[in-house]
Amino acid sequence: MRVSIFRFVPGMDAKPRMQDYEFELPRDRDLMVLDVLEQLKAHDSSISYRRSCREGVCGSDGMNMNGKNGLACKTPVSEVAKRDRLELRPLPGLPVIRDLVVDMSQFYRQYERVEPYLNNDSPPPAQERLQSQEERAKLDGLYECILCACCTTSCPSFWWNPDKFLGPAALLQSYRFLADSRDTATEERLAKLDDPYSVFRCRGVMNCVNSCPKDLNPTRAINQIRTLLVKSGT
Amino acid sequence: MVVSATSLSRSGLTDFLLQRVSAIVLGLYGLCIVGFLLANPEVDYDAWVQYMASPVMLLFGTLSIVSLGVHAWIGMWTIGTDYLSEHKMGRRAVFLRLIYQGLVALSIFVYLLVGLAILWQFPFGSA
Repeated sequence: MRVSIFRFVPGMDAKPRMQDYEFELPRDRDLMVLDVLEQLKAHDSSISYRRSCREGVCGSDGMNMNGKNGLACKTPVSEVAKRDRLELRPLPGLPVIRDLVVDMSQFYRQYERVEPYLNNDSPPPAQERLQSQEERAKLDGLYECILCACCTTSCPSFWWNPDKFLGPAALLQSYRFLADSRDTATEERLAKLDDPYSVFRCRGVMNCVNSCPKDLNPTRAINQIRTLLVKSGT
Repeated sequence: MVVSATSLSRSGLTDFLLQRVSAIVLGLYGLCIVGFLLANPEVDYDAWVQYMASPVMLLFGTLSIVSLGVHAWIGMWTIGTDYLSEHKMGRRAVFLRLIYQGLVALSIFVYLLVGLAILWQFPFGSA
């Protein structure tokens, strides 16, 4: 199999290039894309990428594999390789630090904007703020996000306006706290979202749903935020 | 909260609702026109003028032309702020966007004037 890897070191390279490597796939088992990268790095230590848990929990190794964003550690080569070719590029729309490593600052700034923590001005109880099972169930499909940025960096609206549109990951987290029965700042949160960009720049192309390695649905969360805004504003 | 001076209402929610309401108005108006033509396959100019000059159709037509202007501005403004953004083009994006928005605003204004002039000639007659 031929593996093409995006290579670029800003400040050293004049422009990005794709470097090809030949890789012999084992016949008796499938490999994850991260396994391929690890073995290639053993031969060429200059290849740079992020990785940590290698089991789809930390969200470090988000990258673009043959045109689709995903986590290299839980993407089988057989699922993405086409005609014996595998093309690995950094997550699109974010500045490249080196090879497959991108600068996530803009992504985290948008995450910070949605205040991803409980806001509750009532005095805290002695032990904890309780929820019913139904209230807790509303957070399913929202809290599991690992902030790998696969969804946000596959969204054209984020490519065009990364400083204004919050992006699917931040909006999923925004709704996670809007839906939380223990949060009392719903109106304040909604007021901060009622501009033409933050939420409403979502055009519903659903690239986020297609690329989420945790099978979450940010588009649904965005529509639920819109519904809350309509209810609150009309 | 992202501030925007040139969006129609400056509120994402209001723009969102205006775009949908105007689309419904335009859809219903289209149905009225198509429905009339289907119900009257032998329609001639006099019957057409009589239909368009009726008070209900005049008001509906006026509302539709205004809806078209509203719908077009929100849509074209969104396209302009997507493709002509500082993030992709640097500071010249502001200049290009102002020119683009000026041309779009002028076009919509002319369409509104011409559309209303055509529509309101029916009850008063011009030819």
